[in-house]
Amino acid sequence: MEAISLIVRSIFVDNMIFAYFLGMCSYLAVSKNVKTALGLGIAVTVVLVLTVPLNFLLENYILKPGALGWLGDGFKDMDLSVFSLIIFIAVIASFTQLLEMVIERFSPSLYNSLGIFLPLIAVNCAILGASLFMQQRDFSNVGMATAYGFGSGIGWLLAIVGMAAIREKLEYSNVPKPLRGLGITFIMTALMAIGFMSFSGISI
Amino acid sequence: MSPNLKAALLGPLNKNNPILVQVLGICSALAVTTKLESSLVMAISVIIVVALSNVIISLLRKSIPNRIRIIVQLVVAAALVTLVSEILKAYAYDVSKQLSVYVGLIVTNCILMGRLEAFAMGNGPWASFLDGIGNGLGYGWILVTVGFIRELFGSGTLLGYKVIPQSFYDAGYMDNGFMMLAPMALLLVGCIIWIHRSKNPELQEEQ
Repeated sequence: MEAISLIVRSIFVDNMIFAYFLGMCSYLAVSKNVKTALGLGIAVTVVLVLTVPLNFLLENYILKPGALGWLGDGFKDMDLSVFSLIIFIAVIASFTQLLEMVIERFSPSLYNSLGIFLPLIAVNCAILGASLFMQQRDFSNVGMATAYGFGSGIGWLLAIVGMAAIREKLEYSNVPKPLRGLGITFIMTALMAIGFMSFSGISI
Repeated sequence: MSPNLKAALLGPLNKNNPILVQVLGICSALAVTTKLESSLVMAISVIIVVALSNVIISLLRKSIPNRIRIIVQLVVAAALVTLVSEILKAYAYDVSKQLSVYVGLIVTNCILMGRLEAFAMGNGPWASFLDGIGNGLGYGWILVTVGFIRELFGSGTLLGYKVIPQSFYDAGYMDNGFMMLAPMALLLVGCIIWIHRSKNPELQEEQ
């Protein structure tokens, strides 16, 4: 039950894009049509579901102050938390590489349609952001961390697919010239974010 | 200074701005701008990290194997960011609390990776250093502008000092609480892009 409420919260209330602005770069670049947006959204969700729990385990059994206690008493005072950033990013980069190889092997068509966006997931702020928020929030177990990763991924997916759908329609409207493309996208995102703010304060 | 170096330093301030034109590094630009102080600190941290990592990667560029270059770049960037975040924690603890995870997120700031990939891998250390400073400044001035507007109208202060006189409030002026909310940063950047593009028609997009 707790996990379900966490998922719903991280999809609507703590939405990665509308509340924290994470993963904006690829969000702005890839939201031109719904199909690629959906593909990227799914890839981001998969990477989040895999990396957040893994980083959670690393954080709790290796990096936290005193986390190395299971190795013996001599390790009780070790504090490796300085290295968390480097370790997290290394885990994320290697998972992206792995996912790229798996997709290339089993589904060449999806691989071709995603193209350069796959390696770019490694530098998607939403992924590293989720791991850093996980560290800050101190979840109680791996299940909660997985639920958080899943919820954030779905939230990101919803946002990018919604934006892509709006931009497809926007092509037929008469936008002032200097505002076309990037400018109007920013303003649309702001309006969507105001909409999503109405979810805040919901407790489930 | 030769024209090439000058372009590397000054181009990103206007015609080639990382936020307005190349659309890089948006994430952190928006989240930290509720106060002028945190925007300033963030801008300075990014300038330092981009310039130094540009120099390091440009020194290493001939010995990095092509296949693993992304990981090498990320590790160099992560090491520098860890350094900056530890220094912030030691000397400016309040600000580092305000910036929370966004200091760590400089690692995945696309400006950083974009410059390392596009410039430092193919240019010498001095040119890369200037390019890093230029891009950091181009990012910084947007951040500071947005932070200035949001703090001034959102809470009536600048760097924590009251600048809107009490008589205004007595006459019925109210702080615009909307400025402190997340979507306002997006709207402001949208408007800056609008102004910038109407001044530079060659940047306008055909839809």
